[in-house]
Amino acid sequence: MKSFTYERATSVQAAAKAAASVQGARFIAGGTNLLDLMKLQIETPTHLIDVNHLGLDRIEETPEGGLRIGALVRNTDLAADKRVRRDYAVLSRALVAGASGQLRNKATTGGNLLQRTRCPYFYDTRMPCNKRQPGSGCGAMQGMSRSLAILGVSDACIAQHPSDMAVAMRLLDSAVDTIDANGATRSIPIADFHLLPGDTPQRETLLKPGEMITAVTLPKPIGGAHVYRKVRDRASYAFALVSVAAVFGKDGTARFAFGGIGAKPWRVAAADAAAKQGPKAVAEAALTGARTTHHNDFKKLLVERTLASLYRQQEARA
Amino acid sequence: MSSDSLTRRSLLQGSAVIATAAPTLSAASATAPSPNSGAKAMMPVELTVNGREVHLQLDPRTSLLDALREHLHLTGTKKGCDHGQCGACTVIVEGRRINSCLTLAVMHDGETVTTIEGLGTPEALHPMQKAFIVHDGYQCGYCTPGQICSAVSVLEEIAAGIPSHVTQDLDDVALSDAELRERMSGNICRCAAYPNIIAAMRDVYGQSGAKGEKA
Ligand SMILES: Cc1cc2nc3c(=O)[nH]c(=O)nc-3n(C[C@H](O)[C@H](O)[C@H](O)COP(=O)(O)OP(=O)(O)OC[C@H]3O[C@@H](n4cnc5c(N)ncnc54)[C@H](O)[C@@H]3O)c2cc1C
Ligand code: SF4
Ligand code: FES
Ligand code: FES
Repeated sequence: MKSFTYERATSVQAAAKAAASVQGARFIAGGTNLLDLMKLQIETPTHLIDVNHLGLDRIEETPEGGLRIGALVRNTDLAADKRVRRDYAVLSRALVAGASGQLRNKATTGGNLLQRTRCPYFYDTRMPCNKRQPGSGCGAMQGMSRSLAILGVSDACIAQHPSDMAVAMRLLDSAVDTIDANGATRSIPIADFHLLPGDTPQRETLLKPGEMITAVTLPKPIGGAHVYRKVRDRASYAFALVSVAAVFGKDGTARFAFGGIGAKPWRVAAADAAAKQGPKAVAEAALTGARTTHHNDFKKLLVERTLASLYRQQEARA
Repeated sequence: MSSDSLTRRSLLQGSAVIATAAPTLSAASATAPSPNSGAKAMMPVELTVNGREVHLQLDPRTSLLDALREHLHLTGTKKGCDHGQCGACTVIVEGRRINSCLTLAVMHDGETVTTIEGLGTPEALHPMQKAFIVHDGYQCGYCTPGQICSAVSVLEEIAAGIPSHVTQDLDDVALSDAELRERMSGNICRCAAYPNIIAAMRDVYGQSGAKGEKA
């Protein structure tokens, strides 16, 4: 690991200011992704700003009837929160489907949103990777791409977004609240927050240098039956090959978001619109524009079958 | 790598890669910064470890795991993968289990840490330590300190009503073998002592007289 200096931020404003003024500075929250990547020298910050002690670990009700989740709320605490379990069960389900009990105790809301891809070539510094080293090429395209994305990909990068939590947040139309070095705040719809790779796969979100996530806001509850189905190589402690977050209404309407298949958490209006036509139609709409490799072509069928399984489960409950 | 050059450590690293959630193509390097390396300034870190207050001067790069093992010589806590993929390094910080390899010691300045050495002693074993012995919950023992720290925390997490991936009703968290297996999935055991670990946990749960068990 490269040397760095470390500070414990004393206020949100000071943290954002420090991040923008020190070249190579990074925030550290749980550290479960950043330190992993620093040990491999994929990330080499010169200065770490610890944002763990800024009071951003609370979940509050908003005047609109939703919830404002502090950026430092741990994944365990978010999943276990009574209001989240009751009104946003799909989020609880997505969270507990991710990582392990130990990791969820440490992982934070902001850090989870910003976790980087699990593309094996991104992790192997001997391999070309446009995301890790812009312009070096993409090792995955002709390589072992089984786990990688089939939607939103580009000629430069086919990496998948690995988060489970973010898929549920995308389904729920959340917004990401931030503050920058000048103290200016903004609220970014989660649909816009993550960027598609295009020619610049190293750019992953709309955040500007030094801009800090302070919270994620959930709109007021939408009711319905909440489910999160994750398909992976092991029953637990593994990233998704395909995951589907869904809320089914009583009237046959539904909304869907997908993990494991997109360059970012994936949601398509046409898939929601096809809900009443059944899983095949939903899958077809969701997979419009899919670009697969020899290794990950199976994900298309897996999406359809995962949806079919969710529909059957819903019918059995009705 | 030729098989006769396999060391115990490289074997463990290799297995961590196989067991990994994210396939890494190269065996991850598990090099710890040596106590006095690096040009950057040392930082003071104060911890309460197993009830004892300790003062350390550390390179900020020092993981909590390396602080415990290399600086405090508490070698009960093990380094398996050094990347959050095996659970051998599990310790309890401020009452919650975490992977000590994926956190910096400086991030825990002022906090309380419990390791396997703090749960019990050979003369006065923690009930979970005793149950692991009774039920043969290990073979080589390398993963065991992490397993025991997790096992103790898992029973507390169930009692606190924290749901898991296999919880049917998010508002009704109860003990079952499926729950124990799911919650212990962050602790890999290459010797596959899993069934006996579950038996040990059930035993301790039974001793606690807790209610609400599901078959
Ligand atoms: C073995 C293993 C298995 C895993 N399995 C899964 C899985 O199945 N599903 C899943 O979804 N995840 C999984 N994860 C990933 C895990 O969820 C993430 O590592 C975790 O959520 C990251 O959160 P953190 O707080 O530790 O982030 P950190 O590592 O602290 O930070 C991550 C990034 O976010 C930045 N950052 C953090 N907080 C802020 C903020 N407030 N504002 C701006 N920037 C910020 C940091 O600078 C850094 O770049 C796994 C991880 C491991 C190690
Ligand atoms: S898919 Fe993206 S992250 Fe993976 S090697 Fe190619 S450029 Fe890198
Ligand atoms: S040493 Fe493997 S999880 Fe920490
Ligand atoms: S790894 Fe040998 S007892 Fe678990």
